[in-house]
Amino acid sequence: MTTWLYDGSFDGFLSAVFDLYWQKRTDVMIRKEQDHVRGLFGNVIFTPTVTANADRVWAGLSKKLPAESLQQLFCCYLSELPGEEDNMVGFIRHVFANKQDVTGDFGNKYVLHVSQIAHKVLKEKHRMEAFVRFQLTRDNIYYSLVSPDYNVLPLIARHFKDRYADQYWLIYDERRRFGIYYNLQHVETIRLHFNGEYDPYYHSSSNVWAPEEELYQRLWHTYFKEVNVPGRKNPRLQLQHMPKRYWKYLTEMKGS
Amino acid sequence: MSRKSNDVKRAAFTVQEVVDLTINFYRRNYIEGLFLSSGIFKDPDYTMERLVRVAKKLRTENNFNGYIHLKAIPGASDELIQEAGLYADRLSVNLELPTEAGLKLLAPEKSRPAMIKPIRFLKNEIIRLEDERKVLKKVPTFVPAGQSTQVIVGAGGETDMEIIHMASQFYRQFRLKRVYYSGYVPISDDTRLPGLHSQVPLLRENRLYQADYLVRLYGFEPHELLNEKHPHLDTDIDPKLSWALRHLDCFPIDINKADKMLIARVPGIGLESAKKICAARMHGPLGWDQLKLMGVQINRARYFITCKSKSLERRELSPEQIRQQLLTQSHSKWLKSHTTQLSLF
Repeated sequence: MTTWLYDGSFDGFLSAVFDLYWQKRTDVMIRKEQDHVRGLFGNVIFTPTVTANADRVWAGLSKKLPAESLQQLFCCYLSELPGEEDNMVGFIRHVFANKQDVTGDFGNKYVLHVSQIAHKVLKEKHRMEAFVRFQLTRDNIYYSLVSPDYNVLPLIARHFKDRYADQYWLIYDERRRFGIYYNLQHVETIRLHFNGEYDPYYHSSSNVWAPEEELYQRLWHTYFKEVNVPGRKNPRLQLQHMPKRYWKYLTEMKGS
Repeated sequence: MSRKSNDVKRAAFTVQEVVDLTINFYRRNYIEGLFLSSGIFKDPDYTMERLVRVAKKLRTENNFNGYIHLKAIPGASDELIQEAGLYADRLSVNLELPTEAGLKLLAPEKSRPAMIKPIRFLKNEIIRLEDERKVLKKVPTFVPAGQSTQVIVGAGGETDMEIIHMASQFYRQFRLKRVYYSGYVPISDDTRLPGLHSQVPLLRENRLYQADYLVRLYGFEPHELLNEKHPHLDTDIDPKLSWALRHLDCFPIDINKADKMLIARVPGIGLESAKKICAARMHGPLGWDQLKLMGVQINRARYFITCKSKSLERRELSPEQIRQQLLTQSHSKWLKSHTTQLSLF
């Protein structure tokens, strides 16, 4: 068994798939370079990203799959699950091996798997669209920290751009250390450098936030508490919709 | 009764206060949208006009792209309701109680015909503008998320059958998107009502929603779920299972051949799974393992279906036996009373 490493980009993955077909290989595992732990055995090779090759694979898939399935495959990539590449390769092989559209072939384990992983990733996207909480900074940027289970920032950018087209906003993925920033024209990917003592979400120093910011956080907190009807309490359902791991980013749950 | 006779101090926001709060909550993404309701003060038009003004300001002056749901106040003029429809995604009229008898008993000052008038007006406007949109290019959006209504459950002594039949009639007659059932939360010691310490009927509410989904999306007729012989939904098991146990003669069905809507009637198989099954079986017959991976609850469905694999359940079981088996496996939080069925050894 040989392991091929790619640079972690989606194009890098597709380039490697191109090489699989080009070299007619079936004994290869494709892995992200950054995830790879050097083992004692086996042959490890780095495959460079060739955009033209990646484009050819994508164009081939686009001819055989509807847009929704293409998005599902991209979602699998965004899931960043270890070894997910094997399923994606299995899926792609199944697509190219069949004349007819395999989108609905849920009896096939790869087709089913891709649809299920995509479902999970899209669910996380949906959650993030709801769980982002902005704080207004003094320089008029609505700023939010998140750490989604999957890498969904690329998927939520459009939602926030359409929804808040007239305000500067920044959503930063703490875990993956990058963010998306909207400057009233378009969304760009950015990296932030925090200095040592800065605590990004419990920052109390008032010179960062707009003067009215604290008031609205308090008002929201009060509203959230008061709107509760004790007779209708259903903690299990609440946890199902709003799992605990998201609480530390939610203004209304702070202090609970 | 209810809100009116419930003598607590009321507070009112000014229009501008609601707008400021909403837009600031919205811009921080605290809220997806606004659900705005109001008690009637002065008269229906005055109240409705203020609700409309909030929505209009948010949309036209503050670039509010969130969802807006407004209450249409019975008795308000058609012009105001029409204007509300231009800014709101959804409008709803509270029906308060599921039956007219309940309304007479508990809220005699409110009348069903007055509630139905704005519902009918909205339905006609939605249809009229839909038709216009087919010919003309620029027709403003009008309540794009349609209209809904809400009824209180457990206050007026009505049966589940009356409630679901009423809902189904409103779905058909007025093209409502949703009927919401809200379990009565005790607020008064009026003797016509459940006492102050009675529990909110959450389980009943849950079962009604399940029945509502079956009628709205699964093609069930209300009388299949609820009729003179069964005027109330079974609390221990869900309405679909309950129906299936009363109609064991319709089962088992062959998952690899049956129609999609018939598959969706099987307990343990939802619409999504039914869709998946129908897409997948074109590529080859399906067995238990595949069904399980697709999300079918085999422990429930196995009594009602056959597939490529060998049958899991070959004994002839009575409805009561199936029910007991399923209840014993069940972990529902509603089922605290069923521990007695576990054997001691």
